[in-house]
Amino acid sequence: MSAVAPIEHAAPHEGHAEDKGAFSWVATVDHKRVGILYLVTALVFFVIGGCEALVMRLQLAKPNNTLVGPETFNQLFTMHGTTMIFLVAMPTLVGFGNYVIPLMIGARDMAFPRLNAMSYWLFPFGGFLLHFSVLAGGAPSGGWFAYAPLTETPFSSSPGTDYWILALLVLGVGSVATAINFIATILTLRAPGMTLGRVPLFVWMTFITSILVILALPVLNASIVMLLVDRQLDAHFFLASGGGNTLLWQHFFWTFGHPEVYILALPAFGMISEVIPVFSRKPIFGHEFVAASTVAIAILSFGVWAHHMFATGLGRAADMFFVGGSMLIAVPTGVKIFNWVATMWGGSIRFTTSMLFATAFLVEFVIGGLSGITFAAAPIDWQMTDTYYVVAHFHYVAIGGTVFGVLAGLYYWFPKMSGRMLSERLGKPTFWLMVLGFNLTFFVQHFLGILGMPRRVFTYPDLPYWASLNMVSTVGAVLMGVASLLIVVNILVSLRSGKVAGDNPWDAWTLEWATTSPPPHDNFSQVPPVHGRRPLWDLAHPAADGKEPPAPPKERTFDKGAVAVWSFIASEAGFFLILIIAYVFFNFGPGKTGPSAASELDVTKTAGFTVCLFASSMTLWVSEKRLDKKDVTGATIWLALTLLLGGIFIVGQGSEYLGLYHRGVGVATNLFATTFFTLTGFHGLHVTVGLFALAIALGLVRAKDFRPRSASLLRAIGLYWHFVDVVWLVVFTIVYLRPHG
Amino acid sequence: MVGVDPLASPFNAHSPEAQAISSLFVQTLVVCAVIGLLVAGLVAVCVVRFRAGVRPDEPPQTHGHKWLEIGWTLGPLAIVIALFALSARAMAASDPPPNREPDLVVIGHQWWWEARYPSGAVTANEIHVAAGKDLLVRVEGADVIHDFWVPQLGRKVDAIPGHPAFVWLQADVPGTYPGACAEYCGAEHAWMRIVVVAQPQADFDAWERHELQPAPAPAPGAAERGAALFDGKTCIRCHHIGGRGEAIRVAPDLTHLAERTTLGAGVITNDPANLAHWLKDPQTVKPASHMPDLNLSDDDVSDLVAYFETLR
Repeated sequence: MSAVAPIEHAAPHEGHAEDKGAFSWVATVDHKRVGILYLVTALVFFVIGGCEALVMRLQLAKPNNTLVGPETFNQLFTMHGTTMIFLVAMPTLVGFGNYVIPLMIGARDMAFPRLNAMSYWLFPFGGFLLHFSVLAGGAPSGGWFAYAPLTETPFSSSPGTDYWILALLVLGVGSVATAINFIATILTLRAPGMTLGRVPLFVWMTFITSILVILALPVLNASIVMLLVDRQLDAHFFLASGGGNTLLWQHFFWTFGHPEVYILALPAFGMISEVIPVFSRKPIFGHEFVAASTVAIAILSFGVWAHHMFATGLGRAADMFFVGGSMLIAVPTGVKIFNWVATMWGGSIRFTTSMLFATAFLVEFVIGGLSGITFAAAPIDWQMTDTYYVVAHFHYVAIGGTVFGVLAGLYYWFPKMSGRMLSERLGKPTFWLMVLGFNLTFFVQHFLGILGMPRRVFTYPDLPYWASLNMVSTVGAVLMGVASLLIVVNILVSLRSGKVAGDNPWDAWTLEWATTSPPPHDNFSQVPPVHGRRPLWDLAHPAADGKEPPAPPKERTFDKGAVAVWSFIASEAGFFLILIIAYVFFNFGPGKTGPSAASELDVTKTAGFTVCLFASSMTLWVSEKRLDKKDVTGATIWLALTLLLGGIFIVGQGSEYLGLYHRGVGVATNLFATTFFTLTGFHGLHVTVGLFALAIALGLVRAKDFRPRSASLLRAIGLYWHFVDVVWLVVFTIVYLRPHG
Repeated sequence: MVGVDPLASPFNAHSPEAQAISSLFVQTLVVCAVIGLLVAGLVAVCVVRFRAGVRPDEPPQTHGHKWLEIGWTLGPLAIVIALFALSARAMAASDPPPNREPDLVVIGHQWWWEARYPSGAVTANEIHVAAGKDLLVRVEGADVIHDFWVPQLGRKVDAIPGHPAFVWLQADVPGTYPGACAEYCGAEHAWMRIVVVAQPQADFDAWERHELQPAPAPAPGAAERGAALFDGKTCIRCHHIGGRGEAIRVAPDLTHLAERTTLGAGVITNDPANLAHWLKDPQTVKPASHMPDLNLSDDDVSDLVAYFETLR
């Protein structure tokens, strides 16, 4: 070790007492350490998910193979998909974002460092829950898409699916919390001069991704809650036998699932948008167009979910709509590709391993995008969906796109994170092995699909060409496994004895390269001035006349608490929207039998409680005003009144539930009861949580030490409380007023 | 029987609908290949011409070009509109009409296919049709979602419980067209294969008339003992054999079992040795299938095989 050059830590804050020892990693709230925790944990899950893939490929190496049986195989692909999406791809992208985004915008940390740490710890906990199923009666085997009714109790009685649901709920909460944190960080903690138009594209794309996360993940959460209600409380949301609707699950799942594709892709696009300019020695071509096309993709992503459902027989009109929408996505995606190529064009390209992966990304991702266009054409989808052709397609997107983007980012930012370079001598052969293995594995799968091989089969008959193509695919997968191993070896070796990186080994232009590698605890001793999109370029190329560039236009500043609560409200609105849609879907329309809103609900009584809840919003507002005027006693009284009114509402709801229970109306009685209890129950839960928050706020208002901050805290809780009340007004109108109107 | 057409590929189309999709697929792939080669070519040019070393360390710092951006927005948009129009045309070829009684009902079960004909004929996994006739098929799911897919004959369609779907099924020429369940449906999704046997009209009519016949009475001896075992060993609770008891449709109809080419929806070929293996140890042949291991003795198995071999 003595021959190895030590890494210099010039930073003033280095040597924080809390940075020492293993426990400091558990207790840390430093965005850089949290980022590394994300990345290391994701790497562990990547090894697990990769091994699952290898076992599947070995089983499929020859026809009628018996290495694993059908049940094991089905668990393997379920776990592989779930792991790679929720435990590898998302946390890896979040991990990089955690580490570099505060640095890139010249901030000292995330907006909410403790929330950030909590989000991280939910991730290994969710992963643990998912894998605990193996000990609790078998891993889930319903696929990552968990189509009902296969995942309903009659067809999946082992608790694997329940653990899958719980794990995804935990991970979903963590993802939403992280996304809120990113949004607040990017909106409120940018260095002076760094306008939203100047943030690096990785920051911009993570910002857009975070908006997708807060809108899409609640849709998944609401759907799996319904599935859990079906499984645990014998309801029938998705079981045709009890009046439920099988296809509703698919509509809900893909409303989440398609934006999820872009949640996995956009941050990787952001990495590519950082790597290509730096190694081409040119600014990104058409920055505004790359940024705007990201927004276009994000908006379109919510309108194309049913292209995953062409095979269900949606009918001509719906098919046309979703064909058109899906094809349109090709346009903003193409804009990105052409801008990346144009960035390279006329550059002076240094083909480091990072740039090699970025270059391969361009070609591989385009292949995945083009096969995606074939799927957007519904008739082709009718033939090719659920075959190996689709397996090839999305692996070109997920590996050729996301993984290659992440690997470009890994080789690019590893020096910043560790202070040492990854070995280029090992990196380049790894790259070629990965590209070879990847294309061998997945290119032939296009042909397997075209030859009629369905996906998700644990074995297959010996039909012409199937055996040899599958063998090629398996050999490719093994090569990818070796390449992955080489990446891990490179990381371990370079951490110990890699070349010392210095602050800015790539001669890059964004702020993270203006501090030491790794950065000190507080990131910067001084943030360089920001006069454009490439602060370090500007620093090295001062204006010829020596004049300071003009100050940037003043941007609106945001309060981070307000940004966070508004983001949270958007997310919660998505959750309730799905529950309300389910209620409307099952209760509006003819031919309903059994208990109904008209037969069971007492609108007058509930109207009284509604008035109480509505009044509590008013009293809370008065309390806020009193606190603004430093009238603590007045604020206390009005806040206490708010608690009382909210409490009356909850007691009222409780008595209503009790009455229904005595009349024999339970959650499993019929779909009215199921949707009613699920919707109002989750609303009641939110009111209860709000009451706890208000009680805490009351304590803080009374406690002297917190008084200066209690006004903004109360405003934040107040926003949430008003939102819960607004949701109730919608629920009251739809559930109680409509049948009597 | 006509020779097996082995390549179950959408490109090996044998119906007007499949042909329309195949043409669309080819057109789309050509467009995609051109775009893909264009991008790959541009990247290749960058790799060759714009490497560091052959270029100045600080190349001209271009930031964008408005007309290029407009060009590569509108160009792909035009291509997309053209592909949309082509898709719409191909979709029209697969549109089934509403409100007509189906010519065939196909029901997906875990893990086998049931086919019911308007004549009352019922069969499993091997679906006979008259070549050249355009059949309206209603596809249903009995338990979970399955998907009926015979690539050479047209689009796939999901078999969804409580949500029947209608598709066209046509084979231009006589032949045997393989297919499979294409929606993951649980443990034995892999062994839920389909065969569509297209026959000349006269042959099909003969087949259908024969299907409607009850099973012949078993000859005394092994076959008769086997028939008694079929009733006594609870086989009859799930399977139906024409002429024996009521028509229960939980499991494949066995009235003409010996005429089928495979057992277990494609997992093994149908011959006496395999049939014996299947009866003796179904959970090894097709693990997790709903065919239970009844702990039959070797004698029972050979008697049952003797009986089943008479079911022609």
